[in-house]
Amino acid sequence: MTDAATSPNETYVIVGAGHAAGQLAASLRQEGFEGKIVLVGEEAQLPYQRPPLSKKYLSGEFGLERVYFKPPDFYDAAKVETRLATRVTRIDRDAKTLTLESGDTLGYNKLALTTGSRVRKLPILGADLAGTHYLRTVDDVDGMRSGFEPGKSLVIIGGGYIGLEVAAVATSHGLKVTVLEMESRVLKRVTSPELSGFFEEVHCTRGVEIKCKTAIAAFESGSDGKLAFAVTADGEKIPADIALLGVGILPNTELAAEAGLEAQNGVRVDEFCRTADPDIFAAGDCTDHPSALYDRRIRLESVHNALEQAKTAAAAMCGNLKAYDQVPWFWSDQYDLKLQIAGLSTGYDTVVQRGDPATNKFALFYLKDSVLIAVDAVNAAPEYMMGRRLIGDRAIIAPERLSDTSISMKEMV
Amino acid sequence: MAKITYIEHSGKIHEIEVENGLSVMEGAVNNLVPGLDADCGGACACATCHCYVEPEWRAKTGEIGDMEETMLDFAEARQEGSRLSCQIKVSDELDGLVVKLPEAQF
Repeated sequence: MTDAATSPNETYVIVGAGHAAGQLAASLRQEGFEGKIVLVGEEAQLPYQRPPLSKKYLSGEFGLERVYFKPPDFYDAAKVETRLATRVTRIDRDAKTLTLESGDTLGYNKLALTTGSRVRKLPILGADLAGTHYLRTVDDVDGMRSGFEPGKSLVIIGGGYIGLEVAAVATSHGLKVTVLEMESRVLKRVTSPELSGFFEEVHCTRGVEIKCKTAIAAFESGSDGKLAFAVTADGEKIPADIALLGVGILPNTELAAEAGLEAQNGVRVDEFCRTADPDIFAAGDCTDHPSALYDRRIRLESVHNALEQAKTAAAAMCGNLKAYDQVPWFWSDQYDLKLQIAGLSTGYDTVVQRGDPATNKFALFYLKDSVLIAVDAVNAAPEYMMGRRLIGDRAIIAPERLSDTSISMKEMV
Repeated sequence: MAKITYIEHSGKIHEIEVENGLSVMEGAVNNLVPGLDADCGGACACATCHCYVEPEWRAKTGEIGDMEETMLDFAEARQEGSRLSCQIKVSDELDGLVVKLPEAQF
């Protein structure tokens, strides 16, 4: 910790109120910052966890109080001023002020951008009909739940993680679910044909209809003005009481870009979460950051990245440089299956299967030039936990060893 | 409702009343007990809510599930009594429970 860390007369402002924002506020205090912290969020809620939204919050198992990132008391206890339902419209880097939607300004000594991402909207006819939904926020799910009743028809546009997680919850809840996927298979952007095939079969067995290579053309209303049909590009009309559009997210980079900071695929930061402006930092979904492990710049949509970059950014804001270099990890819950993912499989040349998918317990390891770069593990924690460690070590392991279940994961070193 | 005593690695003690139905992890996080990261929020996906249950409470905190067992197997500093605190559900039965927290979460 440096002297700068205490800075009792300074104000650090955090723009955004997701996982990264909440963690950044907590980490600034852990780093010893004693000045003022202001957290400005566009949504009306305190920072909350998004992963449960498409899982236990949607199913009703968790209420809002169980998805908060920190309990509401935390912000008083840590002396973090929260300004919710407040949108920042501009950063003036020379004056070091933020302009709020109300027209008020807010000064900062240091600024952290944790603006996250927003859903990609589909510009198609009828996408705004009552009954069509996106899923990113608590409000989105609250809006969707009212139509979430057994016997109703749900059409999901997009066979990504959000679409498939909602398909699982909805089917288990007695809805009739159809998934429309434009690509040749579900999860194409994030994983291998082997894992896509497994999940397609899992969903089909439970009664979900998955239509690949099928684009949505429009939504049509019934006589009551509400959603009644999803119409595909081939002209097929699929009955729909509710529809979910889950076609990805886009980083919120406009504030940074308009302030002259580099922001193409995310706000550009270095390994310490610093932008080119020495007083502006960024963390979480919205950043384009270097990965030493993969030797390229990446943008990640994950809780782990949000938490760890927030810790790195908070440290850097307090003059304590700790490079962010971690193995990315993700998870997805569908039915009784827990998919745990470590690393990024992009660019793999070899896939190695360990265990039998028919048992719902197996893993797929991805190698590039013989080096282990990623693992997808279904109900297979040892493969995931050990895989994560080995990926960080850039381990070279022979495919025939990886696939041999008589060799335990602990012996893979 | 159960009174749970969380003991940080440093020895600092936190006595907290936790509502039934929540997890032992949530009881700690909601009351700002440091030492449990709980990155995944209780999905048994990350092993960052590792704790040690005192011997006299091990029977009452229930069976370790398959997924938890294997996650623990790869956690740092596993000992007798190791559990993932997100997988222990609080009930009246656990009134008086004592758990210790490890030095660091994996």
